[in-house]
Amino acid sequence: MSAYGFSDEVTGMTLKALIEKYPLVSDYLANHRLNEIDLSKAFSDALLDVDPDMLEEFGLDSESIVLNLCTFLDSFSPDSKSGAFVISSITIIGGQNKSGEAENLSLTIKPGEIISIVGPTGSGKSRLLEDIECMAQEDTPTKRKILINGNVPDESQRFDTGVKLVAQLSQTMNFVMDLTVREFLEMHAKSRLVTDVDGVVKKCFECANSLAGEKFTPDTKVTQLSGGQSRALMIADTALMSASPVILIDEIENAGIDRREAIKLLSGNEKVILMSTHDPLLALFADKRIVIRNGGIAKVIVTTDDERKNLIQIEKLDNILLSLRNSLRHGDIISSGMIDSMINR
Amino acid sequence: MKLVTVAGPPSSGKTSVIIKTISALGLPEGKVGVVKFDSLTSFDHIRYGENKIPVQTGFAGKICPDHFFVSNIEDAVSWGKRKGLSLMITESAGLCNRCSPYIKGILSVCVIDNLSGVNTPRKIGPMLKYADIVVVTKGDIVSQAEREVFAFNIKEVNSQAKIIFINGITGQGTFILAKHFGEATDINTLKDRTLRFTMPAAICSYCTGETRIGDYYQMGMLKRMEFDE
Repeated sequence: MSAYGFSDEVTGMTLKALIEKYPLVSDYLANHRLNEIDLSKAFSDALLDVDPDMLEEFGLDSESIVLNLCTFLDSFSPDSKSGAFVISSITIIGGQNKSGEAENLSLTIKPGEIISIVGPTGSGKSRLLEDIECMAQEDTPTKRKILINGNVPDESQRFDTGVKLVAQLSQTMNFVMDLTVREFLEMHAKSRLVTDVDGVVKKCFECANSLAGEKFTPDTKVTQLSGGQSRALMIADTALMSASPVILIDEIENAGIDRREAIKLLSGNEKVILMSTHDPLLALFADKRIVIRNGGIAKVIVTTDDERKNLIQIEKLDNILLSLRNSLRHGDIISSGMIDSMINR
Repeated sequence: MKLVTVAGPPSSGKTSVIIKTISALGLPEGKVGVVKFDSLTSFDHIRYGENKIPVQTGFAGKICPDHFFVSNIEDAVSWGKRKGLSLMITESAGLCNRCSPYIKGILSVCVIDNLSGVNTPRKIGPMLKYADIVVVTKGDIVSQAEREVFAFNIKEVNSQAKIIFINGITGQGTFILAKHFGEATDINTLKDRTLRFTMPAAICSYCTGETRIGDYYQMGMLKRMEFDE
């Protein structure tokens, strides 16, 4: 629908009816200091009572503000061009590394797939992620080319989208809003124009709690959550509420959450998962891993069956560490025989 | 010469965004210059200097920063042309949140940061509302959800703007902004162009240096508040 498409509704309905149909209208009015306007009238009639000086302070007059509301509604309508991406595949076509050597590869990733990225710090991992984010077309230093759904994205897809292609999760991220978990999730749901806010918030909260080591309540302030609880909430929220079809995870190994469950949750929501990691459990859990060296993709390794067998051993080791961590948390003494008996169990 | 105006609250990351975007543009050294409009002090010219970017700094001092901008912008353009710049960027802080140094037809960028509070987009006013591009910085330290809520609040105030997320430290995201800079309008002069938004109304006795309080000393343009009984 274009801005023009909303003009019948905006001019024909009372503001009260309009707000019922589009709750965002009340935000629009508040943003223009019009929250005390007469809601029983249509917008243009109600504006007759408003001091024109006040509209002028927003650079508007009674005609342009009506048009402005139509544009506003249009930009938030679901079929607006700034809407969510639908992604069936992402293809990385190799460019060159820092020394100019060709990467010689073409890698297609589909939603639900998990790709790990390994390589020393400074090797060019974030460059790869940025190439994906800006849908590089041989115009970045790496000369890589990114195809979306097998095609070259058009310019407007590259530059005008309202939704970011990539959602990012890393260890350095924090919550800065001083809200309770429930308020926080409700706010995010509202900004995503979710229809069943309560349902989504509940699901998100339950998911986050199942990932976190220690439980928290919906009334806990997000700023008071422990590192692990924060990470769990961020992951559940990104998986269930974020519109971005690609999720980029940066080293969540020490986050104090159930990593495997977290990754399963994210990939289970039909998102493309890219994670840079040094954690063997996560690296081998992925379907493929990209090895970065000297600014370029050195190789792509498909996780072998043999490697997957090792995963069982690694999980066992990981569980030992986890139970040691729990013992410490409960104030137990770690005796010398304890670790041996865990390994032999 | 292309002209781009960049505005934004203090410490939102304007200088970092500009420096990283200039390097993403890949133009020869000395072809991109900056004019920094500030009120009392500025240290940004040091950073531009370190990056070998030609820079001029002007201080509004006791003059309204917006008025200072508009009365100097033409000379700034002439300076840029004398220097042979192919792109000139002006940088200014949006000191009273009523300011917006944007000119019709000239690419206008507002820089705000994720740490400034989720309702900040609603408070910034014309500087955000009239921008073509809103750059959001410091996204690397807040949760994905907060970034999305923040972007939503920006769209509520300015539904037309393109929102670009930039990491001012690593430069991630500047690629797209550089593309937009490259497509900015070529100009010779700003004469007869108009601002996108009116200046704050001025000229009262306090504008001309009055400091005493009382009805007797108030002259010119005044606005009275209404208080409840």
